[in-house]
Amino acid sequence: MMADKKLNIEIDGRPVEVPHGATVMEAANQLGVYVPHFCYHRKLSIAANCRMCLVQVEKAPKPLPACATPVTDGMKVWTESDYARRAQRGVMEFLLINHPLDCPICDQGGECQLQDLAVGYGGSASRYEEAKRVVPHKPLGPLVAAEEMTRCIHCTRCVRFGQEIAGIMELGMTGRGEHAEIISFVGRSVDSELSGNMIDICPVGALTSKPFRYTARTWELARRKSVSPHCGLGSNLVVQTQHERVMRVLPLENEALNECWLSDKDRFSYEGLNSEERLTRPMLKQGGEWREVDWHVALEYAAHALREIKSADGAGAIGALGSPHATLEELYLLQKIARGLGSDNVDFRLRQSDFAGDGHLSGAPWLGMKVADIGTLDRVLVVGSFLRKDHPLIAHRIRQAAKRGQEVNFLHVAGDDSLIRTANSLIVAPSALPTALAQITRAAAEAKGAKVPSELAAVQASEGVSAIARSLSSGQSVGILLGNSAQHHPRAALLHALAQELAGVLGARFGFLGEAANSVGGYLAGCVPGANGLDAGAMLAAPRKAYLLLGVEPELDCYDPRRAVSAMNEADLVVALTAYRGAVEDYADVLLPIAPYTETSGTFVNTEGRLQGFNGAVRPLGEARPGWKVLRVLGNLLGIDGFEYDKSEMVRDEACPATEIAARLDNRIKGVSLTLPGEAPTLQRVADVPIYFADPIVRRARSLQQTRDARAPQAYMNNAALAGLGLSPGQRVRVRQGAGEAEVELACDDRLADGCVRLAAAHASTSGLGGMFDALTLEPA
Amino acid sequence: MLSSQATEKIDRELTKYPPDQKRSAVISALAIAQHENGHLSAEVMDAVAAYLGMPPIAVYEVATFYGMYDLEPVGAHKLCICTNLPCALRGSVEAAEHLKRKLGIDFNETTPDGKFTLKEGECFGACGDAPVVLHNNKAMLSFMSKERIDQLLAELSK
Amino acid sequence: MNTAHPPFSPDAFGPDAMIMKGIDGMNWRLKDYESRGGYAALRKILAERIPPDAIIAEVKKSALRGRGGAGFPTGLKWSFMPRSFPGQKYMVCNSDEGEPGTFKDRDILRYNPHSVIEGMIIGGYATGASVGYNYVHGEIWDIYEQFEGAIAEARAAGYLGPSILGSDFSFELHAFHGWGAYICGEETALLESLEGKRGQPRFKPPFPASYGLYGKPTTINNTETFAAVPWIVAHGGERFLELGRPNNGGTKIFSVSGNVERPGNYEVRLGTPFATLLEMAGGVTKGRRLKAVIPGGSSMPVLPADVMMKTDMDYDSIAKAGSMLGSGAVIVMDDSTCMVKALERLAYFYYEESCGQCTPCREGTGWLYRMVHRIETGRGRPEDLDALTSIADNIQGHTICALGDAAALPVKSFISHFRDEFLHHIEHKRCAVSVAGGYATNPGATLRAAA
Ligand SMILES: Cc1cc2nc3c(=O)[nH]c(=O)nc-3n(C[C@H](O)[C@H](O)[C@H](O)COP(=O)(O)O)c2cc1C
Ligand code: SF4
Ligand code: FES
Repeated sequence: MMADKKLNIEIDGRPVEVPHGATVMEAANQLGVYVPHFCYHRKLSIAANCRMCLVQVEKAPKPLPACATPVTDGMKVWTESDYARRAQRGVMEFLLINHPLDCPICDQGGECQLQDLAVGYGGSASRYEEAKRVVPHKPLGPLVAAEEMTRCIHCTRCVRFGQEIAGIMELGMTGRGEHAEIISFVGRSVDSELSGNMIDICPVGALTSKPFRYTARTWELARRKSVSPHCGLGSNLVVQTQHERVMRVLPLENEALNECWLSDKDRFSYEGLNSEERLTRPMLKQGGEWREVDWHVALEYAAHALREIKSADGAGAIGALGSPHATLEELYLLQKIARGLGSDNVDFRLRQSDFAGDGHLSGAPWLGMKVADIGTLDRVLVVGSFLRKDHPLIAHRIRQAAKRGQEVNFLHVAGDDSLIRTANSLIVAPSALPTALAQITRAAAEAKGAKVPSELAAVQASEGVSAIARSLSSGQSVGILLGNSAQHHPRAALLHALAQELAGVLGARFGFLGEAANSVGGYLAGCVPGANGLDAGAMLAAPRKAYLLLGVEPELDCYDPRRAVSAMNEADLVVALTAYRGAVEDYADVLLPIAPYTETSGTFVNTEGRLQGFNGAVRPLGEARPGWKVLRVLGNLLGIDGFEYDKSEMVRDEACPATEIAARLDNRIKGVSLTLPGEAPTLQRVADVPIYFADPIVRRARSLQQTRDARAPQAYMNNAALAGLGLSPGQRVRVRQGAGEAEVELACDDRLADGCVRLAAAHASTSGLGGMFDALTLEPA
Repeated sequence: MLSSQATEKIDRELTKYPPDQKRSAVISALAIAQHENGHLSAEVMDAVAAYLGMPPIAVYEVATFYGMYDLEPVGAHKLCICTNLPCALRGSVEAAEHLKRKLGIDFNETTPDGKFTLKEGECFGACGDAPVVLHNNKAMLSFMSKERIDQLLAELSK
Repeated sequence: MNTAHPPFSPDAFGPDAMIMKGIDGMNWRLKDYESRGGYAALRKILAERIPPDAIIAEVKKSALRGRGGAGFPTGLKWSFMPRSFPGQKYMVCNSDEGEPGTFKDRDILRYNPHSVIEGMIIGGYATGASVGYNYVHGEIWDIYEQFEGAIAEARAAGYLGPSILGSDFSFELHAFHGWGAYICGEETALLESLEGKRGQPRFKPPFPASYGLYGKPTTINNTETFAAVPWIVAHGGERFLELGRPNNGGTKIFSVSGNVERPGNYEVRLGTPFATLLEMAGGVTKGRRLKAVIPGGSSMPVLPADVMMKTDMDYDSIAKAGSMLGSGAVIVMDDSTCMVKALERLAYFYYEESCGQCTPCREGTGWLYRMVHRIETGRGRPEDLDALTSIADNIQGHTICALGDAAALPVKSFISHFRDEFLHHIEHKRCAVSVAGGYATNPGATLRAAA
């Protein structure tokens, strides 16, 4: 085979062997030879437009661009000969003639490829004395600043990024020749959830970070490694700080997780760390008034009150709820305190509504594969996922895999554009999701000649279902991924069991797309109820006398916010460990300021079961303290044994020794009935968690809150459903779920199934409502 | 934004290309839309993008690349005169000056009555007929001496 | 205004005309073409089932070289098309004629469109392409519409479409129009444009023969190249070759423009002396002396009168004289022409028409133009001339496509052949030309913003 044949090439006198199809640039990289370049980026298609990488090639009549020139066997290349240098210097001179010489005030100063290379390849004085080009700035929205487009060197990396990585072309090059400009369509903003990467890949200071601009000089910043606290991917971060303040977050390259990218949520949410709403002192509510108190006062009050409740109503009257975005150490200590008090009521699965799987799980539910493996599957079924917004970089992996031929199938409750080349997409009402999955299983079994359990024997497959089944059963390497909606779903355990059946039929792998940084870690920390305990749903449905909250905002983080808030209101005691003030002040009695991820050491176990520890990047703000330390002291004050930790690592090792993780990851579920649900309500809610409302930090990230994705939710229905109710888009309606209600504006989304009203959760305007996938009614406001 | 006549014409163009290559028709679709609307407004480009299933910015890229599209309103008669060297050697610069004087406008300007817009063209591939004037993108007028320019303006002003 | 053209004498293109033989300005229709022997070559191929390779061999024998500018041997180019490629292959005609000085393709399409259609069908047969596009320059809209008419005629007569003339060969042809971008004449920019994109040239390799239109194997030839093919097939490659010179087969249509009495297209045998061609065009404008000639379109080096008068019009002779035959556009400049002004106008053209994607061309063309403009407007300095040459050197050979070279070559050649005139301009802050009435003063330049 040609493809197996290696090619020999000599670069600057050094031989190297490269695979067929490699370029001179790749060969040089393999040797560690640096060829100057701007437009080349290893993750993007080759444009060869900057011409900076011109090198001398034996027998070639002119210098050739290393990035685009394929290696031929026996090729000889010189990257630093006079001939090559002359070409490179010529290009550098051209790049600089119209480039403003404003490095001292440029935001990119200190991390500018042009600046760096100009030192090595530029002349000392410019020969250019004609008028310089001036390019007007462009409004691209709240995140990406294009204020100094005169600096643009037309490498088109940003354009290619949009087309190829983000999957949506929002920037383009207009005009011709010297008048060519990078621009969005007539003043439109760049809305991609991956847009910030354009800032990174822009080799000059043309595209810069709007939130970061002019807040600091890059060389003055300290750099700390960290891990994103948002979705389950666990993107690796470089947190840049100055004067004990996080100034900026950049990707830390990790090919296995985020590659060299970051979602905008991971990148820009740091603004929430510096929010006005940060809680900086412990507070006690006395006589309905909040008072700042010393730590020992607050903690002793909390310990005392908890003990009181325990002795009056029994330990079972106490419930502990932790955020899935909290660290492994925090979640571990939270459950240790609850259990130390004698209560088994602990949970971190706040948006889960169906806990029928508890007791039937074999281990911690996880992705079921490595993140990187997703790209190697040839067939994928994504069930119940707002994939692009819930898992931006996993969506990107699937997008790239789809280009390489992966057949991507969606089964979901909404038809949002994934910007992925899709083989099949089936959109059903939430209540019909299990049935559809059962049908796919049945049809796949037929195709594979496999047996199905008796409950599924009778289901009939419709055409949309058969197409998915056909796609899946023709694959060699198949993956089934259950998204956030599948996990929030009122029949989540059934979906889990059905996915297991389908995987069995197909010989596929299946798993869960972790919603939060510690969706796996919470299980490993034991932050789930035991046989005698109440899960998150039950704890709120049957209100407790006391709640211990860890980083939770019940009105926004729970499946049924109305119920959660009323449980809080009814409780005698709410002790909240939180980084933020907010609605919690209404119902809490004690507020204990804890440090967000940048101000504490801790651990996240990501969706593939990768344990990632991190240290604080800055000191905790005000009197805030790392959550694990607060819980340790609380444990001590409560007189619970085993709370003698000096370092967070000691907590981690006790909670979950790294060596044991692999053995504890297990998606098998046993003994869950496969009986399909019957009647559906006439109107049911479809609730997404909008990307920039998903957790307390991002909710307070100012710039993200100005994006299109952060607009106030509307209620969507398909046209027929709207007409059926005599309603029309633009109209304001009152939505009711039980005693809860909200007033919102109607809009049309024809991709929704009949009988569905899509209305986002996790937003203040809908926090008066009930369950995310429950029945609702609707009337003109 | 696109009339049924326009979409009919675009549909005819679409028959020329493979079904998955609809964007091949964008250059003619924009020309058709421009012919109908006088110039290419953002709405028109958006409509073309939607009709061909292209990102609007990709349409915008095309509309700004090709010199005969007008993204700003132009006069009822757009006159474009080639002043490239072969034409210039045969008096096209003088012809252009004559046009400017007669119309009282410079290149890239429109007469106050909205009747005429004057543009400078690059080679039309008609250098043997110099001076050449392109009227509303479609009619090539040859040997445009001063007399013939006067005659043309008189005809168009009627 | 009356834009119709009157009939003219059937040997208006010259006595040696072969492609344009018997053309009288009105006889462009199918029946006229057939009566001149048109479509006989295609009929012969299909009737005799001549194998594609034999046609390619015949074209190779003819020494037909591409008429679009680069002069690449056409038969060789056709042979690059992968034989056994399983998918669609394309045949594309380049009628995006926009090289200043060139206006031959317009006349071929206007007066003899079926020669191009037949040439494309034969090309498709020879290379296994079953779909073709003719990319017509945007500014010649009437020609585009007329060509669509010619396609319809050919289709109605069974020369296009499925099972042509009852054979098992099918070929479909469509017209495509540009909309004002010189760069789309570059073959890969043209393909991008055909795909509905900005006309930005692609980096090669891969070449169109392996990765062309929609990523499929594609052959691109100039209008005139295709127009010569039926004759070659009908009369044999040998006879075509004999019309010209070894390695320079056939006749060539030269577009003669500028300071001549009768500008126009003249079809002559390759190797015809320039002096003869000049005579056919009526000689230099009355009363003036020949000063310089750009023999192959504005992108090619200019040559002084004395060199030109000794040169024959074929690829190799012109190359020996220090320029290139290019597209066959002969721009004649007499002694009333200011060379600084002439170069300024050309530099402006490349500055305006650069596609803008690659650095040396995007930045360099503007630099060149501004410097020449500065000299022209009396603000030049002696050291500017060496700077111009060095900037041109930094562009040439460093760009994605040959537009960079096209911008560089005029600058270098104008300065090297007419350095004294440039120096005079710099020293006296005005033009050296004393002959009145020519291209020596350009009020347009002052009006055009000195951007
Ligand atoms: C800037 C530029 C403009 C060109 N313009 C044309 C043109 O208008 N017509 C043309 O046939 N070839 C043009 N060419 C040459 C084409 O790239 C290509 O070589 C030619 O169409 C091939 O056809 P041929 O082999 O028959 O000559 C141009 C090349 C460049 C670099
Ligand atoms: S040389 Fe000029 S026209 Fe050609 S690709 Fe580069 S910028 Fe475009
Ligand atoms: S990196 Fe090769 S041309 Fe830009």
